[in-house]
Amino acid sequence: MGCLEPTMTVTPVEVEDPTTDDVAVPDRPWVVIVWNDPINLMSYVTFVFQKLFGYSRDKATKLMLDVHHKGKAVVSSGTREKSELDVFRLHEHGLWATMQHD
Amino acid sequence: MGHDAARLGAYPAVRFSRRIKRTRSGQFEVRLSAEEREVLRGLPSQMRDALALGKDDPAVARLNPSACLDDAEVDAEFHQMMDDDLNAGRLEALDAFEKTVDNTRLDEEEALAWMRAINDTRLLLGTRLDVSEDPGERAVGPDDPRAPGFALYDYLSLLTQELVEALGA
Repeated sequence: MGCLEPTMTVTPVEVEDPTTDDVAVPDRPWVVIVWNDPINLMSYVTFVFQKLFGYSRDKATKLMLDVHHKGKAVVSSGTREKSELDVFRLHEHGLWATMQHD
Repeated sequence: MGHDAARLGAYPAVRFSRRIKRTRSGQFEVRLSAEEREVLRGLPSQMRDALALGKDDPAVARLNPSACLDDAEVDAEFHQMMDDDLNAGRLEALDAFEKTVDNTRLDEEEALAWMRAINDTRLLLGTRLDVSEDPGERAVGPDDPRAPGFALYDYLSLLTQELVEALGA
């Protein structure tokens, strides 16, 4: 019954699209990036990553070296609110951090 | 990133005698000369004066950097929400540092305040001096008007490193 009508074949596609949009836009994660700077010491940056994010010394050191050698590194990700808090805490410690959509 | 102070070789003597170390009771022992204490005592008021210049000053702006580069609205909302807290926390750390600057023992909270106050001072001073990552590349003669600034910067780098090592120990 009417299953060959074009509208019926389109419908499933139309149902999927808004669903995808609804889910993807609000939940699209943010990432927090720390940028290299000439002032903060390597040992200090490693310490801050451990202290703020609870990362192991190895993980914090690897992130610090990424910042140092590549100029930046993603240090955390999540909702906008969480990312704002992470950027704030990094700024509190004098690191140059920004947030952006993944 | 600034190279760790231990690599600098600028203060060979201090590599073997730590100024700040964690004690077995979890406190921090601070051993500084009278001259060092005097230098540190003068920092909080200089920092407060500098911070009062606000974000029009490039070095102060370094302490309140952009939070979002590709969305001006997100950045503006961030600063509106966070700047007061950020600045208040910075001043609190300077106060806590000033109150304990003559102490020979610090608890962990006080040691963290020292680390923040001293690193904030390095950020401001380092931005003013336009420091590079490697102090070895620096060409500053003893007669250079920036020489005292660099000497202070290097000293504060050393203290920062000792605080980090003690706090992480």
